[in-house]
Amino acid sequence: MLSDLFTASVLIGILSSGIRLATPYLYAAIGESFGQRSGMLNLGVDGIMLMGAFSGFYVVLLTNNYWFGLLAALIVGGIMGLATAFINVTLQAQQGISGIGIFLFGLGMSDLLFQKLVHNVETVTGFPDAPIPLLSKIPVIGEIFFNQNVLVYGAYLLVPLAWFILNKTTLGLKINSVGENPAAADSLGVSVTGVRYLTVTLGGILAGVAGASLSIALLGVFQQNLTNGMGFIAIALVYFGGWRPLGILIGSLLFSMVNSLQIWMQVIGIPIPSDIAVMMPYILTILVLVLSSGRFRQPSALTKPFERAG
Amino acid sequence: MHERLDAIIDVLLPPVAAILGALLVGAIMLLLLGANPIVGYVALFQGAFGSTNSIADTAVKATPLLLVGIGICISFRGGVINIGGEGQMILGALGAIALGLIFPTAPGWLIITLALLVGFAAGGLWGGIAGYLKARYNVNEILSTIMMNAIAVQLMNLLLRGPMIDTTQKGAARIPQTARLADAFDLPRLIPTRLHLGALLAIILAFVVYFFLWRTTIGYRIRAVGLNPFASRYSGINVQHNIVLSLLLSGAFAGLAGAVQVYGVNHFMITDGTAAGFTGSAGFNGIVAALFGLLHPIGTIPASFFLGALLVGANKMQRVTQVPGALLTALNGLVVVFVVSSEIWRRRRARARAIKQVEIESMQEEVPVPGAMD
Repeated sequence: MLSDLFTASVLIGILSSGIRLATPYLYAAIGESFGQRSGMLNLGVDGIMLMGAFSGFYVVLLTNNYWFGLLAALIVGGIMGLATAFINVTLQAQQGISGIGIFLFGLGMSDLLFQKLVHNVETVTGFPDAPIPLLSKIPVIGEIFFNQNVLVYGAYLLVPLAWFILNKTTLGLKINSVGENPAAADSLGVSVTGVRYLTVTLGGILAGVAGASLSIALLGVFQQNLTNGMGFIAIALVYFGGWRPLGILIGSLLFSMVNSLQIWMQVIGIPIPSDIAVMMPYILTILVLVLSSGRFRQPSALTKPFERAG
Repeated sequence: MHERLDAIIDVLLPPVAAILGALLVGAIMLLLLGANPIVGYVALFQGAFGSTNSIADTAVKATPLLLVGIGICISFRGGVINIGGEGQMILGALGAIALGLIFPTAPGWLIITLALLVGFAAGGLWGGIAGYLKARYNVNEILSTIMMNAIAVQLMNLLLRGPMIDTTQKGAARIPQTARLADAFDLPRLIPTRLHLGALLAIILAFVVYFFLWRTTIGYRIRAVGLNPFASRYSGINVQHNIVLSLLLSGAFAGLAGAVQVYGVNHFMITDGTAAGFTGSAGFNGIVAALFGLLHPIGTIPASFFLGALLVGANKMQRVTQVPGALLTALNGLVVVFVVSSEIWRRRRARARAIKQVEIESMQEEVPVPGAMD
């Protein structure tokens, strides 16, 4: 039984789904990390993901065009991100609570719209597998990495893109400075409000895409609370990754690989109680954190609202 | 006297205005869904306050919010963010119900007392683990408490499907639920309604926690660490111990909330695979209650009662208007967002009042005119 695990096809299957499963976490966590680097904590990511998931799903249901679906999720996520920015930056609401409120709103609204507009259990065929020519023919590696769908590729491309923006551009410099010392940044002419609006809205857009990646790429379905807490895990992964894109990638992969492993273990019948198996990714994440303790420092201005004195 | 009144208005007006604003948006949503908002809101009010039974239900709904909330007051005041209320409630409930299931024939008062203590301890353990991870390994508590929520749900599923399942169920497909606790273990009722002793206990504990935080040395240390960990360490306070203590106590009260929920309301446990299936999101709403109560245990009492009223009334509104319950979750979220956004007006008005005060005082002083001779 256990030996079944080590056959080539199963191992390839595990790795391949692990790569796939990490997609929503990558989008959501990288999006959240932009906001957090500028000092804004958005606990409402899960709610935005749900709204993005439903929007994408519904538009694909209506138009049968998954690109329109993605666009819808992007727009809805952006609107919610903008609203979050308004609440947290301009109205200076306490970020922990406002996030919970946004989460509850997204949870309820997506379910409400689903019940009113869709009623039944529907499935859509979303993004198809898009094997990259040539590369996907490479034995083993090709199957795992290069035979996924476009949204999966997008998530992984986001990592170096985010790294580049945060570390090699002026914008990144502004984001970091606003998150570390907004007063100093303000005195140098950086618009703290502008930067924060940008990062939080961007976080909303990416959260919307994350939700869509679930409903129209990975699963092809929507239901109440589709994400089941994934948004919160994504926030946790930002902390795990030390607010860095590479760290977030590692965290997302670790989490998703273990998740994939336990799913496959149950599929091929290894006798582990399913409840223990599902626990594994969470316990492992905590374990890894314990072992790598204390190496990261959070942005100094995280969760502190900024108001120009005087 | 006038300023006192002004100050009270300043504290109450923004949240009240915000709630009205959220309800207005809700009314629009009701209209769009083809329901009559007036009928809806009358039902909401009636559901929460319309009869003795309703008020009792509101208090029952408010109880876990209050218990979780006073725990949150401790943790936030201690400088740690505890998002693990859901998981801690579950652990508390599991521990408490296990006791009652193992000793079904023991005296009621004994089991109830012990079960509540076990629930307190189990929740405390769950919170304490997160505290230890933070103190010893610098694991961020937002991360660890979120993860432990998920682990707690799986633990609940495991236990309710396995060792704790009701074996008297007939049929092949057994529902993952426990047997019902012995009747003797029901929390006594305060008046002939669903209102149980847990509500009174929660209020008493709110005062106890107030006393603890502001009138004991331990409470002082917790708050000091929350306000300024560096200064606290410098003055000899063991910051690590207090971090663990804050999360432990916070988890303990959430655990107690779970135990009270089982012994006062449900009398058994069943799982649908999610945390909210048991907790009703009290782990999250308790945070909201604490923050509405300005992180003060006494303030959390009216705040949790109000939130409870919203939740209970919303149930009735849903039944009357036939609108999907999801609207109420969304409305819940809107109320939270609106109220928390109204903070800024309170602060602006407070600042404006303070400036006005300074102006008044400076005009009343007699300013000696330099060089005047009389």
